[in-house]
Amino acid sequence: MAKIIGCITTSHVPAIGRAIAKGLQEEPYWKPFFDGFKPVHRWLAEAEPDVAVVVYNDHGLNFFLDKMPTFAVGAAPEYPSMDEGWNIPTVLPFRGDPPLSWHVINSLVGEDFDITMCQEMVVDHAVCNPMALLWPGGGDWPVRIVPVEINTVQHPLPSAARCFKLGEAIGRAIGSYEEDLRVVVIGTGGLSHQLDGERAGFINTAFDREFMASLTRDPTWVTKFSAVELVEQAGTQGVELLMWLTARATLTSVREIAVGYHVPISNTAAGMMLLEPAA
Amino acid sequence: MSTARPAISGTTIFDGAEAQKGYALNKMCMSFNDAAHRAEFLRDEEAYCSRYGLNDQQREAIQHRNVLELIAAGGNIYYLAKFAGIFGLDVQDIGAQQTGLSKKEFQEKLLAAGR
Repeated sequence: MAKIIGCITTSHVPAIGRAIAKGLQEEPYWKPFFDGFKPVHRWLAEAEPDVAVVVYNDHGLNFFLDKMPTFAVGAAPEYPSMDEGWNIPTVLPFRGDPPLSWHVINSLVGEDFDITMCQEMVVDHAVCNPMALLWPGGGDWPVRIVPVEINTVQHPLPSAARCFKLGEAIGRAIGSYEEDLRVVVIGTGGLSHQLDGERAGFINTAFDREFMASLTRDPTWVTKFSAVELVEQAGTQGVELLMWLTARATLTSVREIAVGYHVPISNTAAGMMLLEPAA
Repeated sequence: MSTARPAISGTTIFDGAEAQKGYALNKMCMSFNDAAHRAEFLRDEEAYCSRYGLNDQQREAIQHRNVLELIAAGGNIYYLAKFAGIFGLDVQDIGAQQTGLSKKEFQEKLLAAGR
């Protein structure tokens, strides 16, 4: 049977991709952030996952306002990256795992989650940057991916409570897959930041720290906030913490293996957590 | 229709009302994912805006390269970032412009948030 061996959450801001492309990992601005991933690299080298389920939010590459799914699951054989408007460096395409994707899709719809199914999907910096952070070096990706996309562009957004339930259902879907696969679930985005409006540059470290702590000891804590309340607490783009929550909810109880929090990276409070299922 | 809620200062919730108002503007910005379209915009900005059916408020905001005006005209920051990218502006340039700070001051504000 397939098994979730861990959950990794990380910020995904575009500046990370530019820093990697320019080789700035040892620069004083970047070093504390990139160094935070060293324990994760050691863990991944030992854990050897086969597949990464990547929970992320699209920023206007695969989806537009003409058709905006609340939840979408990729079922493509391959997921290319593309120029997102700023000539950002693209990365090697990610290999998919259509049989696992369809199992997840069948299982989710079987549990009444009305998802959008995608046999073609281009993935943006919210997939590419976390993958490059976790598996640096620029070679071929050592894992296949199943992308799970959540709308954070256009309100109404799904509630934190609904995202938590989606995560639980993804966890059950993976756990009921017959092939012996080692699966890591990745949640990308956040933490607190706001790019738009007079409130641009908003960061709330107290909220971020409470949220991160809650993921280990009390993961439903954040579900008491509505999506708009999360905007107030974490910023218009800080709501991307819904990806972290969804990824975390795929596991029941967890223990913390590594944690990092660094302010700022670009306009963002950058966080990282590596969680393992508690024995 | 907007959802009833207390406003968050300096923040626009991009809801159905905003998404309808800004559709043409955001659709144009979405097209900038393609480098050929960015070049075409730079060749003839007016014609490009006309093709996407921007209204006067949206055209003016585009002409002014003003992010707060673009948001007021229904722009969503994820798409507007692609417009800003044409001019090599990053999210800190955009943040500085919206908050009335220099880029250095805006960066300092972010650094201060981490201390």
